[in-house]
Amino acid sequence: MIWLEKRKEPSKFWRIANPFLAVALTMLAGGIMFAMLGKDPVAAIRLIFFDPIFSETFGSYSRPQLLIKSAPLILIAVGLAIGFKANIWNIGAEGQYIIGALFGAGVALLFFPQPGWYIFPLMVLAGAFGGFLWAMIPAILKTRFNTNEILVSLLLVYVAEKILAAMALGLMRNPDIPGFPGSRDLRRYEAAHNAELFAGSGVHWGVVAAMIAVIFAYAMMKRHMLGYHVQLAGQAPRAARFGGVSPTRLVIICLGISGMLAGLAGMFEVSGPGGQVRIEFASGYGFTAIIVAFLGRLNPIGIVFAGLLLGLTYIGGELSQMMLQLPSASIQVFQGMLLFFLLALDFQTNYRLRLTRGVRT
Amino acid sequence: MVFNKGKAMRKPLLCLKGLTKAYPGVLANDDVSFEIGEGQVHALLGENGAGKSTLVKMIYGLVKPDQGEMILRGQPYAPSQPSEARRNGVAMVFQHFSLFDAMDVAENVALGMENPPPLRDLAQRIRDVSEEYGLPLDPTRLVGDLSAGERQRVEIVRCLLQDPKLLIMDEPTSVLTPQEVDVLFKTLRQLSAEGTAILYISHKLDEIRALCDEATILRGGRKIATCDPREKSSRELAELMVGQILTPPEKPDRPLGDVVLQVDKLSLASNNPFGTSLKNISFSLRAGEVLGIAGVAGNGQDELLLMLSGELTAPAEQVRLKDKAIGNLGPNARRSLGLVAAPEERLGHAAAPDMSLTENALLSAAERKKLTKYGFINWRATDAFAREVIARFDVRTPGSHVLARALSGGNLQKYVIGREIELDPDVIVVNQPTWGVDAAAAAFIRQALLDLAGKGAAVLVISQDLDELLEVADSFAALNEGRLTPVRPAKGLSVEEIGLMMGGAHDMHPAHEGSA
Repeated sequence: MIWLEKRKEPSKFWRIANPFLAVALTMLAGGIMFAMLGKDPVAAIRLIFFDPIFSETFGSYSRPQLLIKSAPLILIAVGLAIGFKANIWNIGAEGQYIIGALFGAGVALLFFPQPGWYIFPLMVLAGAFGGFLWAMIPAILKTRFNTNEILVSLLLVYVAEKILAAMALGLMRNPDIPGFPGSRDLRRYEAAHNAELFAGSGVHWGVVAAMIAVIFAYAMMKRHMLGYHVQLAGQAPRAARFGGVSPTRLVIICLGISGMLAGLAGMFEVSGPGGQVRIEFASGYGFTAIIVAFLGRLNPIGIVFAGLLLGLTYIGGELSQMMLQLPSASIQVFQGMLLFFLLALDFQTNYRLRLTRGVRT
Repeated sequence: MVFNKGKAMRKPLLCLKGLTKAYPGVLANDDVSFEIGEGQVHALLGENGAGKSTLVKMIYGLVKPDQGEMILRGQPYAPSQPSEARRNGVAMVFQHFSLFDAMDVAENVALGMENPPPLRDLAQRIRDVSEEYGLPLDPTRLVGDLSAGERQRVEIVRCLLQDPKLLIMDEPTSVLTPQEVDVLFKTLRQLSAEGTAILYISHKLDEIRALCDEATILRGGRKIATCDPREKSSRELAELMVGQILTPPEKPDRPLGDVVLQVDKLSLASNNPFGTSLKNISFSLRAGEVLGIAGVAGNGQDELLLMLSGELTAPAEQVRLKDKAIGNLGPNARRSLGLVAAPEERLGHAAAPDMSLTENALLSAAERKKLTKYGFINWRATDAFAREVIARFDVRTPGSHVLARALSGGNLQKYVIGREIELDPDVIVVNQPTWGVDAAAAAFIRQALLDLAGKGAAVLVISQDLDELLEVADSFAALNEGRLTPVRPAKGLSVEEIGLMMGGAHDMHPAHEGSA
């Protein structure tokens, strides 16, 4: 018979090993899936995980793309991880990302076509504020009426998508090109353009912001009372009350931080790589960041690596679409499998599988 | 006494021979052998961790012994599960009740039976049995509305309906007032006289000497002795149980100072339908005074602690510390002003289980020990404080990096109480400071509280252990159903008076009902 036995202490080994194992299993299962689609599995895996960085033909294009795709993931995941540690589940980063982008782009479009050094910093503030505001809706509903922040934040994603579509078709539409949805291209408006800082590197202000966020989050979780309270509230809510942690305050802070960072990510995207407010602007970074946060073990440093890995799957996915005509959904399946395997494997950090004969004594 | 039939006349009911059970890293029972006679009241005595629970779990079929055998009425007996034990006439009343609050008494009894009769017949049988054994019980009442003593009756009646030959009772009096204990003992004696044997687990020596014919003492998993408890003094039994000489705590003579804590008509509505609300609680506490608050579990002790620690707040004027109204302040503000608390639940409330002792030091010491600057934590100073507590309070641990949940109950309790005492408070509030703690650690904790009072701090001890309160308290009050009795000097209080203070509202309507 098979027994599950609870470990006395969570296994440190599996905590570290599971993300690697999950990646390996995802490659294996993904390979099987590609084989069933009639593609060469080895070539497909190679194309997704190795070619974007090491291939001579695609490398020069793909390598900067890696930072461009990873930065928003890392920025959002760092914020989410803080909340997750406190058992506050913001699932709606995608919505906060969209609203942050709309606020940032809104500021830019208001100033268009004036020049001014202050415009971009104002957009940064507006983006952060937009994400914060959108996250305050589940926060206040939770603290006031004890609603479930998972549901509220998730459903608000769909509201944000509708607002995005309305903006792209209405208020923010580019008046110079009638008949086409979408705003002006911010990349062509110098004062608002989140340009590459070093040519060909892919480093834009969003990458810088992500690095700063990682450092701040790390310092906060290790050295600051706020990080201590976050962990306390997640591990032992009653002890947190005893330690003077106000649950209301914590909900506001955690949702506020993650909303702000998601909003920032959206703003950096719309003013840089994304370029304009479009209906299809949201590409799922807010959801993928949840996978990044877990894969990085909710640790800011771990999140950097997890963010790079999932950024890689985005680029590799595009490559394999181009080269092998794999369906575009296959990369989402890939990312989903990664989270699935990780969560399944995490079972063994807390439990041990035992094979025994007969009745347990 | 009629029920005491003497050893010679008894036929053995259950023989235990060389029972041994090992868990990883610990030998819970090591070659334990003794006999229980028919109709005998047999005490199983020992400290926490002595192996009492494991032993009775083997008898009740919850755990399988590694070695040894059991013989029940001359037949080999090796139950593989509790239902088999029950079929063989072995029943057990657990310390923690397994009852559903939202169901009535009869439904709860039916849930615990193999083949329950229709509810109406069952209700009648419950009435019959409960009357026969002097345990009044209304089968139609909701369990959530019952007192702890009444809930225990439900469990006992459930066992009695199965007509057991051996009734195992695990610490049955820990939830009862002295008067309820008397009722229970009467029942047990009646059962014994009718031939039902009782295996009575306890560490309360006076009870065992009053009730039991024979006592088996366990220590560290081994049987130390089987004796007639009436022939030994409580002190001799305690020393057999603990394996060392015990010294009662010293109560230094001290003058009482000014009033430092004043609680005035403190009330709290409970938002849990089965929780307790607090009603008009008033008392005052002077510097150097130890006030003991007694009461059966679930009469408002937890709520009172939360309202004093600041985890629950009230209008400011209802709690005054020295000259300040603090009722509306949170825990950290109160700590800064000199009021600290140690809740009953060590793991999960007074300490975070998965955090190290150093991290747990920060939980309540951050303010008074100035362990943070602009919110940034000084981990070095925090660790130094944790080590200081460990050294001063003799906490047995490999170091301050160990997780709280890895410590034994007694050691963690010493750490938690030590942490609060080391904050050098003006007022300390503790709930059940020695619950589940071995005798040596309990004595240490009580002494530490008395020493703190000797230095001029006011100490409030909430406890269900009357012996503990009588040992440490200068003044005494009791909580029942959220009301606090007037405070009386502890000296000269008789156990009967204490029992009336504790149980007043359960069985008789108190005179102060109208004041609520």
